[in-house]
Amino acid sequence: MKKSKGISYAKWGYIFITPFFIAYVIFTLYPQILTIYNSFFENYREGLKQVGPNFVGFGNYVKLFTPDKTGTINILKYTGNTLALWIGGAIPQIVIALLLAIFFTSYRLNIKGQQFFKTVIYMPNLIMASAFSMLFFTLFSNVGPVNQLITAAGWSEVPIDFFAYKGTVRGLICLMNFLMWFGNTTILLMAGIMGIDQSLFEAANLDGASSVQTFFRVTLPLLMPILVYTVITAMIGGLQMFDVPQVLTNGKGMPDRTSMTLIMYLNNYLGGSKNYGMSGAISVIIFIITGILSMFVYRSLTKKD
Amino acid sequence: MDYNNSADSRKAKAQLTALRVLVYAILIFLSILCLFSFYMLIINASRSNGQLQAGFTLIPGGHMMDNLKNAWTDASINIPRGLLNSFMIAALTAVLTTYFSALTAYGIHAYDFKLKNIAFTFIMAIMVIPSQVSAAGFVQICYKYNLTNNFLMLILPGIAAPVVFFYMKQYMESTLPMEIVEAARVDGSNEFRTFNTIILPMMKPAIAVQLIFSFVQSWNNYFLPSLLLTKAEMKTVPIMIAQLRSADYSKFDMGKVYMFILLAILPVLVVYIFLSRSIIKGVTAGSVKG
Repeated sequence: MKKSKGISYAKWGYIFITPFFIAYVIFTLYPQILTIYNSFFENYREGLKQVGPNFVGFGNYVKLFTPDKTGTINILKYTGNTLALWIGGAIPQIVIALLLAIFFTSYRLNIKGQQFFKTVIYMPNLIMASAFSMLFFTLFSNVGPVNQLITAAGWSEVPIDFFAYKGTVRGLICLMNFLMWFGNTTILLMAGIMGIDQSLFEAANLDGASSVQTFFRVTLPLLMPILVYTVITAMIGGLQMFDVPQVLTNGKGMPDRTSMTLIMYLNNYLGGSKNYGMSGAISVIIFIITGILSMFVYRSLTKKD
Repeated sequence: MDYNNSADSRKAKAQLTALRVLVYAILIFLSILCLFSFYMLIINASRSNGQLQAGFTLIPGGHMMDNLKNAWTDASINIPRGLLNSFMIAALTAVLTTYFSALTAYGIHAYDFKLKNIAFTFIMAIMVIPSQVSAAGFVQICYKYNLTNNFLMLILPGIAAPVVFFYMKQYMESTLPMEIVEAARVDGSNEFRTFNTIILPMMKPAIAVQLIFSFVQSWNNYFLPSLLLTKAEMKTVPIMIAQLRSADYSKFDMGKVYMFILLAILPVLVVYIFLSRSIIKGVTAGSVKG
């Protein structure tokens, strides 16, 4: 690494990393500090009238945690929604991905056509989430093909209004999130399994371990760091859930805001009223949650060295 | 004993075959689940509004070109303009993100300097912070300094992309040993030129993958653009798709709606069909520390 040469190259290191840090400070760090600062002020637009900025201390935070009469301000509810929507997609996502990763890497099973299957299941991950969501809306709308099929087959006399019930709206969102992410997770876990020393599997096999025993005693413990990393990054991703529910419910989180996520709520304050106080407070809360989660990621990444 | 053994192995073989059938069944089911909505999209984009109203079918309707013409020339949703805007933003973002991430990674990989470890740890620490949590401040700045409806505000932040940086750093560690760097550089020569003319070409596979990923990410981005791009002629494709959703739905020619959605995802789909192998390889290469 270190070679004692006449010329010092150190300055080039600084020169090369400078653009990154300048861009970071201008476009992320400064806006971030401004967001935190704003969260302590009352600052919004009401029609043509500008209110504030007036210092209110923790007023915005108190307001966020105090449900109002109309039921629109209730951050605990939206945190709960986000969590429910994430879990509904993430559990099948991780379970199925783990299963598929084991299938694909098993010499005994020797699955053919892997490249095809991988190409198909990864595809939804690259598709524009808002367009995917709009597609699901048209497919499941009252006059859409799914309802046409349901009425034609005689399963129901009248079309089912998928967007009127909490269960069906949430179910569709979870289904889309599952479809968009399980292929990605499969590929990550496959790489993890293939990174495990093959001789361990051979040894387990020689010792007469069944495939179930091998999975629980060898594969799973060694896969743990990657699994933890996958789960936590998925959680941070889930916290940012926006495009799919926003487009599917037209920003309303219907019915009765039961599918409104944290970022959708943030977007509500930023969109029309430019309420920098309330949106700032929401951002800080999301920031704290991610901060805690990312500490776990960082630990899972550095533990191995 | 011999008999027992062969019976055992026959039983094991039958079990394996049964397991294999089950696994293929699961894989085919999941594949259909993934493809079905897109199949319906293509079918429905080829059917006229009347055909779509008439009922469900899995057979194309033969009106693809009519729908394309109607969608392309729609008065309220200017999709050609949206595609152009999205393309400009995504292409420039991809180039900036990839180039500066490689440059930053090389700066930390190839040189020893006092703040090196601090800089690296810092980038790793900010890697997982979602961009949405600084959006409020960013939007405020853009409105304050009249920077809304300005593509640069969506492109320039791409210079600082911690995830891409991490990918490049990992790639350099595995394929760009310091001996090669030492050999490539001529003492006292311009290090910047060494990077551009010698190091970058050696990074081609990593650069190609990251160009694609950052292009796709920017192409699909909806949250921040929807807050900043308010003028009709500045809107990107995802904003237009969301607009479709909020428009009075019943008045729409549904064939046209499906065509809009198809146009929004088609560019990425085509790229994926041709490059799926290397894209899938790129998913793992940088994200997991091996």
